[in-house]
Amino acid sequence: MKEELSNSTIISAKNLSVSYGSQEAFHGITLDIPRNKIVAIIGPSGCGKSTLIRCFNRMNDLVPSAKVSGDVFYNGQNIYGPNVDAVQVRRQIGMVFQKPNPFPKSIYENISFGAKVNNYQGNMDELVEKSLKQAALWDEVKDDLTKSGLALSGGQQQRLCIARALATEPEVILMDEPASALDPIATLKIEELMQELKEQYTIIIVTHNMQQASRASDLTAFISLDRTRVDDRVGVLVEYDLTEKIFIKPAEKETEDYISGRFG
Amino acid sequence: MKKSSTFLGHSKKEINREKIISAILFLCGVFSVLVTIGIIVSLFSETIGFFSRPEVSLLKFFTGTTWRPLASKVSPDNFGVLPLITGTLLIAFLSAIISVPLGLGSAIFLSEYASERIRDIFKPVLEILAGIPSIVYGYFAISFITPIIRKVFENWFGVEVSFFNALSASIVLGIMIIPTVASISEDALRAVPRSLREAGYSLGATRFEVITKIVVPAALSGITAAFILAFSRAVGETMAVTIAAGSTPQITLNPLKSVQTMTAFIVQVSFGDAPSGTINGQSIFAVGATLFVMTFGMNVISDLVMKKFREEYE
Amino acid sequence: MNNNHQSDFRENLKNRHTIGKWFYIILLACLLVGLLMLTALIIDLAVEGHAWIRPELFSNYHSRKPEQAGMKSAIIGSLIVMALTGLFSFPLGIGAAIYLEEYAKKNWLTNFINININNLAGVPSIVYGMLGLAVFGRMFGLFSTDSWLVKLLHLKVGEGTLSGLQFNLFGISWLEIHLPFHKSLLAGALTMTLLILPVVIISSREAIRSVPNTIREAAFGLGATKWQVVSKQVVPIAMPGIITGIILSLSRAIGETAPLIIMGAFTYVPFLPKSIWDQFTVMPIQIYNWITLPQTEFRVNLAAAGILVFLAILLTFNAIAVLLRKKLEIKW
Repeated sequence: MKEELSNSTIISAKNLSVSYGSQEAFHGITLDIPRNKIVAIIGPSGCGKSTLIRCFNRMNDLVPSAKVSGDVFYNGQNIYGPNVDAVQVRRQIGMVFQKPNPFPKSIYENISFGAKVNNYQGNMDELVEKSLKQAALWDEVKDDLTKSGLALSGGQQQRLCIARALATEPEVILMDEPASALDPIATLKIEELMQELKEQYTIIIVTHNMQQASRASDLTAFISLDRTRVDDRVGVLVEYDLTEKIFIKPAEKETEDYISGRFG
Repeated sequence: MKKSSTFLGHSKKEINREKIISAILFLCGVFSVLVTIGIIVSLFSETIGFFSRPEVSLLKFFTGTTWRPLASKVSPDNFGVLPLITGTLLIAFLSAIISVPLGLGSAIFLSEYASERIRDIFKPVLEILAGIPSIVYGYFAISFITPIIRKVFENWFGVEVSFFNALSASIVLGIMIIPTVASISEDALRAVPRSLREAGYSLGATRFEVITKIVVPAALSGITAAFILAFSRAVGETMAVTIAAGSTPQITLNPLKSVQTMTAFIVQVSFGDAPSGTINGQSIFAVGATLFVMTFGMNVISDLVMKKFREEYE
Repeated sequence: MNNNHQSDFRENLKNRHTIGKWFYIILLACLLVGLLMLTALIIDLAVEGHAWIRPELFSNYHSRKPEQAGMKSAIIGSLIVMALTGLFSFPLGIGAAIYLEEYAKKNWLTNFINININNLAGVPSIVYGMLGLAVFGRMFGLFSTDSWLVKLLHLKVGEGTLSGLQFNLFGISWLEIHLPFHKSLLAGALTMTLLILPVVIISSREAIRSVPNTIREAAFGLGATKWQVVSKQVVPIAMPGIITGIILSLSRAIGETAPLIIMGAFTYVPFLPKSIWDQFTVMPIQIYNWITLPQTEFRVNLAAAGILVFLAILLTFNAIAVLLRKKLEIKW
């Protein structure tokens, strides 16, 4: 059973806690992310969902006041271990942000950036084309890859950012509310994209949109305020299970309250 | 109903006073335009007087390579301004070689690497450097820098260095302008949104790569505006170069020789107390007008570049 | 660290991190060069000049003998010029700032004035010297014996070194006027006023802009006229910032040498000016004079001593400005 898990678990958080200075963001989170699945992380704002996924690619290192305790295992290796290079982790665990942030460069340069800094040895043109196709953007931009990334629409920019993340050939893609700044049609496109991508990649998505979580994900983790800490806003993992179970018959009352909109 | 008589509102006298005051304020506002007109009129009226003299030719002024206004033979051949221009540009260019990399490097360090505490220590240092008057830098040049240059070049390399030389002036000028380059570049770097840096890191780039391949290119037009402004300041600088570079107008690319800048020439004549109406009294205005046009042009270009930069980030 | 099977990414991490370390060192060095130069400057000045800072430096005028030379007239001259410059630039600068921030409408003229002020701030100081020479010092030759104005109005003008028109305003003996201003304190102060005016306007505008709009709205709501709102509410609140800006501008002006050289401030002024029409000298010009004299005592020692005194006065100005700002600032 354990072997099964370790083969099919790609990322594993063990008793993970993060504080910014003296303010704790979340506390004691343990969960396993299985390969080639889409895991949604839902919950009210301010409970540390974004902070959680930023632990998985060590982006919290960039915040001077952030303190991380606990472990995160990627393919069995602790990415917070002493000899681990965060730069290497980030190539293999990619990220898409809430607001599309393409570089003020051409579409081609946007995509090839990650590959270039990581000394990609293969054919760059093929990599760019493959990434754009995987992000369902190729047909719309193939005629002019020298156009600036900023000249695209919001939804296209976000798909460009997805393609850019895919170009470093990661195993995992972290998505921090990727569609919250987009219109419904663009949002739908992103959700369809996620289904196609999950065949090759593992996706962890933070979302405020519960319909999105129930439609698009295989597993759902519900993170909410720690009720035992009345004066602080500290997040804890309340429930983590198959999406169907969470949305139809959740085990915790708190989960049910949140899903039915009684708070949030 | 009792009429409210305690609130009288504003009398006609008060309303008139308002009008007078706003007229006075308007004049204050427009005064600055008057100053600009004053600069243009004073520079160019004397310049026109200068060029209407038979001893001076407009063409030879801009193309002649000899500047000897005090020569006994007063002829157009002795009024070629090119040596002053090349002297100015040589020093400005050399000073840019110092101020641009050091200023940009300081800016990158302060913007991308330094913690609040380090910034609190180093930013005042830059402000102090910026506040030291030009004449103090002039003293520093001949008291400290020139001896070192002479020791290095004459004792180690066996190359002759005149006491007044362009290199010494360029070095102190470069140091003087570092704060200008640093502060404008730093503002440009900080204007680049954090989200671009995050995107870079998330793709597995090192800090060096994020800075050099994402942040600096994104801030490039702001940084360019800083460079142009620094060059323009160097061109307009007076006391440090007058003291350190000397008053030998000659066209040379050798920084170890003495040259005279446009500003140094104007100072030289002013000390000689040339009465108005004489050819030398007017020549300083011609040179001054040339200087004004050059710096004005550069400032305008720098503003345009800066405007383009602000459009990108606002 | 786990590498992907068949990974085409030769990540080359060690090299990349080494480059990063060297980059950090180079950048730090850039910053340290400035600090190094500043230290060298201070040490140089202290070593060469400290022995020569003695009472004679303050009580004597310039003399041909280094042991007897002092900068009395230069120090007083600088202070008088600064006081006059402050006096002139204060109303002009605030007036323009108030107009631009509170009264001016957003039209092409206001835009033009804004661009103009920004351009003026970037004009080299030597050009202001030439402006002053032409407008204040010589007044375009309007008062020389062969000018059209003199001929038209049959004015009685003197000749020689103090040529021009000289009369007493309203016949009062101490309200004498000289036209043109020649190389007087007045001409120098007016030139410096024009020099610092753009910076004074810009900093005053910032101070006025930082006054919250709610104050203005409240005052207008109570039925005050525009000038009442501005003069009784906005300007008093902005005043600390305005004054700080002016003091900082003056401290910059005190170090300006070139414009006053062009204006004709002298290097040998063995007297204290008694009126604004007198000739004068200022500290930077005195120092420049010493630097150019051949004797070591002058160009190395006295110059250093003079600079140290000069920088001390400069520092005091700046410190006053910073202290004033801290003390009078209202924190919203």
